[in-house]
Amino acid sequence: MLELTTFILLSIVTLISAILVITRRNAVHSVIWLIVTLFGVGGIYLLQHAEFVFAVQIILYVGGIMVLFLFVVMLVNLDVALKQARFARQWPVALVTAVLLLAQLAYVLYNHGRGLNLPPRPLVAATAGNTQAIGMALYQNYMLPVEIASVLLLVAMIGAVLMAKRKLE
Amino acid sequence: MIPAEYYLYLGSGLFTIGVIGVLTRRNVLIILMSIELILNAVNINLIALSQYFHAVDGQVFAIFVITDAAAEAAVGLGLIIALFRNKETVNADEIDLLKW
Repeated sequence: MLELTTFILLSIVTLISAILVITRRNAVHSVIWLIVTLFGVGGIYLLQHAEFVFAVQIILYVGGIMVLFLFVVMLVNLDVALKQARFARQWPVALVTAVLLLAQLAYVLYNHGRGLNLPPRPLVAATAGNTQAIGMALYQNYMLPVEIASVLLLVAMIGAVLMAKRKLE
Repeated sequence: MIPAEYYLYLGSGLFTIGVIGVLTRRNVLIILMSIELILNAVNINLIALSQYFHAVDGQVFAIFVITDAAAEAAVGLGLIIALFRNKETVNADEIDLLKW
């Protein structure tokens, strides 16, 4: 019961702040509401005993990516954008399309999601922690994907530096 | 215990909000933030189903998704800085050089 109440509260916080992210005029406010959303999603990870992903979410998303976003929002000038229209011309069509998408997803979930009841025990036994289990999986079964991800991060780093450089010589 | 379908409903709701943001906003920065919302919706689904199937693989995939989000944010923000330097705008509908 307490778990369900926590889940509902976290869901409401997540969804409302997500709606605020896409409706605020000022991009700085959007970043702040996105941080609230990410905290809500982190709470939902914690509710499912995914402690390591929760820590990664807080440290990497909130601590890293969002600070990067704030920097760039403050680099590009906001004064002009504050006076312009927030939404593109095609917004009614886009809204109808998105609502249709939500209706499809809800329809499929309503008809086929009934059997999906979470088992009552937590994912990993109490003797081996969640972090240990993920570490084992990452460095044994998923060794090659980890290496590919590291190459991807290197490429992204070089790409970001190259893009943001003032002039190419 | 919370049924897994509740998490999937939450994931679809967050996904749809992200899609609305991508399709309707003009500011490129907020479009990037909406993509982060979509990736988080995917992560909610991955972790709920990881617990449902009693396997840790879903959480490993969620970590890969977060890695991709970091790479995407770095490159995307670099692109926005380069764009703003050249065109003095961050509005998606004013970037129409390839539009004939």
